[in-house]
Amino acid sequence: MSAKTGVGASVLRKEDFRFITGKGQYTDDINRQDQAYAYFLRSPHAHANIKKLDVTAAKKAPGVLGVLTGDDLAADKIGGLICGWMIHNKDGSPMKAGAHPALAQGKVRYVGDHVAVVIADTYQQAKDAAEQIHVDYQVLPAVVDMNKAKGSPAIHDVAPDNVVYDWHLGDKAATDAAFAKAKHLTKIDLVNNRLIPNAVEPRAAIGDFDSGTGIYTLYTTSQNPHVARLVLSAFVGIAPEHKLRVIAPDVGGGFGSKIFIYAEETVCVWAAKKVGRPVKWTADRTEAFLSDAHGRDHISHAELALDDKGKILGLRVKTKANLGAYLSTFSSCVPTYLYAPLLSGQYDIPAIYAEVEGIYTTTAPVDAYRGAGRPEATFVVERLIEKAARETGTDPATFRRKNFVKSFPHQTPVIMAYDTGNYTASLDLALEMADYKNFAKRKKDSAKNGKLRGIGFSAYIEACGIAPSAAVGSLGAGVGLWESAEIRVNPVGTVEVLTGSHSHGQGHETTFAQLVADRLGIDIEAVSVVHGDTDKVQFGMGTYGSRSGAVGMSAIVKAVDKVIAKGKKVAAYALEAAEKDIQFKDGRFSVAGTDKSLAFGEVALQAYIAHKFNGQDLEPGLKEGAFYDPTNFTFPSGVHICEVEIDPETGVTDIVKWTAVDDFGNVINPMIVEGQVHGGIAQGVGQALLEGAHYNADGQLVTASYMDYTMPRADDLPSFNVGMTNTPCTTNPLGIKGCGEAGAIAAPPAVINAITDAVGHEDVPMPATPYAVWQACQKGARKLAAE
Amino acid sequence: MASVTLTVNGKQVTATVDPRTLLAQFLREHLHLTGTHVGCDTSQCGACVVHVNGRAIKSCTTLAVSCDGALVTTIEGIGTPDNLHPMQAAFRENHGLQCGFCTPGMIMSAIDIVNRRGNKLDEHTIREELEGNICRCTGYHNIVKAVAQGAAAMN
Repeated sequence: MSAKTGVGASVLRKEDFRFITGKGQYTDDINRQDQAYAYFLRSPHAHANIKKLDVTAAKKAPGVLGVLTGDDLAADKIGGLICGWMIHNKDGSPMKAGAHPALAQGKVRYVGDHVAVVIADTYQQAKDAAEQIHVDYQVLPAVVDMNKAKGSPAIHDVAPDNVVYDWHLGDKAATDAAFAKAKHLTKIDLVNNRLIPNAVEPRAAIGDFDSGTGIYTLYTTSQNPHVARLVLSAFVGIAPEHKLRVIAPDVGGGFGSKIFIYAEETVCVWAAKKVGRPVKWTADRTEAFLSDAHGRDHISHAELALDDKGKILGLRVKTKANLGAYLSTFSSCVPTYLYAPLLSGQYDIPAIYAEVEGIYTTTAPVDAYRGAGRPEATFVVERLIEKAARETGTDPATFRRKNFVKSFPHQTPVIMAYDTGNYTASLDLALEMADYKNFAKRKKDSAKNGKLRGIGFSAYIEACGIAPSAAVGSLGAGVGLWESAEIRVNPVGTVEVLTGSHSHGQGHETTFAQLVADRLGIDIEAVSVVHGDTDKVQFGMGTYGSRSGAVGMSAIVKAVDKVIAKGKKVAAYALEAAEKDIQFKDGRFSVAGTDKSLAFGEVALQAYIAHKFNGQDLEPGLKEGAFYDPTNFTFPSGVHICEVEIDPETGVTDIVKWTAVDDFGNVINPMIVEGQVHGGIAQGVGQALLEGAHYNADGQLVTASYMDYTMPRADDLPSFNVGMTNTPCTTNPLGIKGCGEAGAIAAPPAVINAITDAVGHEDVPMPATPYAVWQACQKGARKLAAE
Repeated sequence: MASVTLTVNGKQVTATVDPRTLLAQFLREHLHLTGTHVGCDTSQCGACVVHVNGRAIKSCTTLAVSCDGALVTTIEGIGTPDNLHPMQAAFRENHGLQCGFCTPGMIMSAIDIVNRRGNKLDEHTIREELEGNICRCTGYHNIVKAVAQGAAAMN
């Protein structure tokens, strides 16, 4: 195995050739013979009863093949979309989940909700015909503000106060006792702004039905096609799993938003049989803004209790989480089990108590977005820690160092057991890379130019590699979160790796091939990776939560080990030696103590020709599968330091230096891992400085295009200084922790801590637009003058 | 319906189209050149950038009929896996792409930047010039490196 392509090498990506030459195959690039087009009529109101829905005229419009409504879904006994994670209230009662039909049944609950679908020969005809659908709406008051949701008209009858759940985690009594002993309390109120994920590829779906075989095929922009098939089969009831094939081809970014099972893909696959033609739908960008699941949207109050030496005694947090109008596929777990268990951060905190209310509003569903709960937790912890350091007059690095967890394994008071880490090492490296010791001089130099310079820390932790099935099952998950892999060795020794993970930018076709080629001692070009098709890969849980390395690759390692074990048996026959004497190293099976050996490809051929052994003693062929279920979460961690320079006259924030030091455990391909860090930071900086979804009081989304919703462009960002430390994960065979979400988790508090440091005022909202920063400068200046 | 004649990647094509047809639609749906992508419909993201008569334009907001008689170059027209354009090679060598969806537009914009601004591009210039292209995956760090390397290689 060449060191240039093995584990740990920055191998250039195999998948790049098709993407850089325009040969990628994304869902909208696929066309089926005789396909028709779907257009969804969406609710213009945030909240309304549908008194009458008349589709007669639309059905007669040119080119129209069908107009389908919620009544048609009901008549066909097509079930609603589900939320796959049951959360229980403080009193043990289950959460209140309202029905979520793919097309409205009597009521619409957010602007963009699906009223009806028109299917026509062309997209334009479908769109034109939709204008002839007459809907008589009885408009109800919008419920936009979480703080006013209680007492507003009920969005779902099952939740009369618009509260989905009132949940808690941790020991309240122990936390109250810790606060009673405190010598200093730091308090903070925070809003974690609502975001819209905005993968640049809009969602799309093609439903197809083969009347000859009775098999449905769905092409869809999914991060987890098998989960889509499971839900559409077992819950929605489109067809049993063996009659439904789901293909997620090249997918142009996901960031969480393509995990979920959406109304549009459900309708396209169902409608394909009804109209007898393949049905294609591609979101335009405003549809994507209206109907993709949004992210974040928390309001929190948090308090930290310190002793007289600045050691943390306890933490309590109260959060309201906006879940939107319906519970999306995994929405319920994001502000609960993916949030509160991370509130211990990198710190040794003896007592923590968190309360979370999940709230229905008449807005798009809110679900996992890059980081999913962990950015929200880190924002609370790292803003609070920074403020506590300032209030106690302690250097923020020193304050963190004093309170870091320093021995492992470490059991936090909120479920998680950290297996390993070295937080001080990451902090030390970050301080050096950021040239922290000369910051004061740089601040002085900026002041000479009339600029305010600030520095902000973020010492984050995340729980990745989700997750042990038994653990998530006990917490309410409806599925297990293992992963599967299959290694198919061809007779000439080339290898196909079938994985239940899905790559939509992460480079699995390269990194998974690196791993397998390295383990089998074969050329990386002899390995191809197959994913994203339920007819090819038996089952899988997909890609999210930085799980494809820690869980998906661990499954591959298990399958590779089985291939090697079978190969030894084959080699023993072929070399006429005892199996126990066969060794496998560097791609060769050899007989110990002799010069007799066979290359991997030669053993593969022997396995298939089977001339040297009796099929009753040893099965021909070389193909092995494995399921891997992790025994713990993994705990990537790191320290990011953001340095900003602010023009107090305009409020414009310039990020002048970004230092990222991450501990992802062992790394397969540093180039790809650094790329994940860069992208994560960019999305985190986007949240901190630029991005914010805004609904007006009527429930209209006013940030519904790329002209209204600001995302980072190249000139909004600096180049990043990325460093790594490594404490290998102790609970998976590769020592991998996961890297996909780190930047998005670390960045927002680093930016806001830097800005608040620069302006001398803690009240800086996200996004910290120039106007918001300018206002903070005014308050900060007044405060400084008063001092 | 309206007739339009274009020379796309060196090949002349004539078609009768709905006058509402956008250039991006025409390339994707009539010519099956699906390397040109549509991300935002509003000229903001740049996934749809192609060259018309040698200049980068956003094909998602350009009517096909308005390009009648023009020379159009798309991502499919600049290189192949066996014979990459230097800018395509630079994107790969610098890991300047992840999901790949914005990449064709990025590469077409990058070539246009070099055509206008020359082969020696500093980081500041590249970042400012990429204003019309959004990438959600890479944080631009490696795209900036790729454009600088590709520009130098185009010399």
